Amino acid sequence: MQRVAKASGDLALRRHSEAIAFLIMTCLLVVAPTFAYPVFLMKALCFALFACAFNLLIGYVGLLSFGHALFFGWASYIAAHAAKVWGFPPELAILSGAATAAGLGAIVGALAIRRQGIYFAMITLALAQMMYFFAVQAPFTHGEDGIQAVPRGKLFGFIDLADQSNMYIMVLVIFLGCFLLIYRIVNSPFGEVLKAIRENEPRAISLGYKSERYKLVAFVLSATFAGVAGATKALVFQLASLTDVDWPMSGEVILMTLVGGLGTLFGPVAGAFFMVALENYLTTIGQWVFVVQGVIFVVCVLLFRRGIIGELAQILRVKL
Amino acid sequence: MFELFGISSQALFGQLLIGLINGSFYALLSLGLAVIFGMLNIINFTHGAQYMLGAFTAYFLLQYAGLGYWWAIVLAPIVVGITGIIIERLFLQWLYKLDHLYGLLLTFGLALIFEGTFRNFFGSSGLPYSVPPALQGGRNLGFMFLPNYRGWVVVFSLAVCLTTWFVIERTKLGSYLRAATENPTLVRAFGINVPRMITLTYGFGVALAALAGVMAAPVYNVSPQMGANLIIVVFAVVVIGGMGSIMGAIVTGFGLGLIEGLTKVFFPEASNTVIFIIMAIVLLIRPAGLFGRSA
Repeated sequence: MQRVAKASGDLALRRHSEAIAFLIMTCLLVVAPTFAYPVFLMKALCFALFACAFNLLIGYVGLLSFGHALFFGWASYIAAHAAKVWGFPPELAILSGAATAAGLGAIVGALAIRRQGIYFAMITLALAQMMYFFAVQAPFTHGEDGIQAVPRGKLFGFIDLADQSNMYIMVLVIFLGCFLLIYRIVNSPFGEVLKAIRENEPRAISLGYKSERYKLVAFVLSATFAGVAGATKALVFQLASLTDVDWPMSGEVILMTLVGGLGTLFGPVAGAFFMVALENYLTTIGQWVFVVQGVIFVVCVLLFRRGIIGELAQILRVKL
Repeated sequence: MFELFGISSQALFGQLLIGLINGSFYALLSLGLAVIFGMLNIINFTHGAQYMLGAFTAYFLLQYAGLGYWWAIVLAPIVVGITGIIIERLFLQWLYKLDHLYGLLLTFGLALIFEGTFRNFFGSSGLPYSVPPALQGGRNLGFMFLPNYRGWVVVFSLAVCLTTWFVIERTKLGSYLRAATENPTLVRAFGINVPRMITLTYGFGVALAALAGVMAAPVYNVSPQMGANLIIVVFAVVVIGGMGSIMGAIVTGFGLGLIEGLTKVFFPEASNTVIFIIMAIVLLIRPAGLFGRSA
């Protein structure tokens, strides 16, 4: 009798594993500022959201975008410009960044989904590089200097974001909101169609789903979330620079997702925190950072394809 | 010398020549990518880094062994090709049964390792590599001044490209290769050692990249990031041409180099981006690429 009760309790835990993990994550993030540097946490949260956005494509539609820095970086430029030059309040600055990313996502997505598989990655990389050159040449981005001293402003006109804890709360709310939204998308009927396309595209088409349209919508959604992350990062660091649009950034978000676990809900978050923490420790070693990243790539691909959360889920035999 | 649309013939043909030189690097690199992709089903992101390694090998040979350009053009592709074979045996061979994207990610990681290491030791500024004595100077063609070395790069890479095309499309070895691309299991059943062929193919593709690197060394400086930006343009070239045809890769490479050169003359602001714009247009009109078979 007791064993049955235990087993069913176990089952309930299993069934609600994602909800439990979400609660644990939220609690950790709420208490985190007491023992960790807030700017570090905000940076990690922005990258976590960026990686979740990227994972929406690779994990649930099976599309490898090698150009996500395009959306991240351009959203951060537009948000910084809107906040600094146009005097937008922070919420509108972030929204305009996200809208820019969505528009760019629609164009890039419409072009890239015309080819499959490996070509998709090359096309997104090439288009991102093109937009990188535009960012270098456009006057409003200030080239190598970037847009500096971006004002954080007052959220809704009365919450002063210059205060570090207010800023942290805003970033946390944005992150959690987008995370839940992504969870909802992935588990909606729309998300199921995306997974069907990932598993077997011809079959999904034969069942009457217009796979191109689904892929495009997924691409735009992913670009938009990446844009929210980039715009938020511009406000956190009060800076938008070329680093965020360049291709190593696209590589970094891939690495974060890979380390955390492709196609897992919490993997990108774990991967982002892992990589940001690692880079924090490694700031003194200069160019070796790239070598370390490269080694992690090689090790992950050869030996550790499930990633941190994927392995954890395998050990606990739950869905995460 | 004469003028055309207010631009001197020297400037016009000079840029066209630069375009042709870039085009020959695009052709050599996209050729290597296409050959590798055909056999290994992997897009070799390390290709740009291997081009850089070729240039550095030439630099090291001169600096530490006193071996000049003509030695380098033979030795560097062999040395870098052997490192490619080692990479294939150590890493790539475990990925053939997995999704394509893992090959891309692994080779991307390797590119980061190579480029990061070199940047650490040599910084980001370029190291000079001089033109070999036999090819110094130039000749006046009437409408332009042709530096001998640049003429040599175009002619020699065209010869290498055409030889590769001939070997793959017209010889027995090439027919094995093409057959193994189509159906490796059946070709193995005929007693041909396909895994070894795959390894050698990777080595050969990498050697082409290194050869391009040696030729680039006197034109551009030898620098750790010389391959990183090039490889992205080459990806666009590959998307435009499609990887189905060897001749397609050669024609697209040279053609796009020329177009890029022309853009530099008439609309310099777009010279960095013109290839990407062409790629977008080709995707709209002919999604499978100019020479590609639709997947």
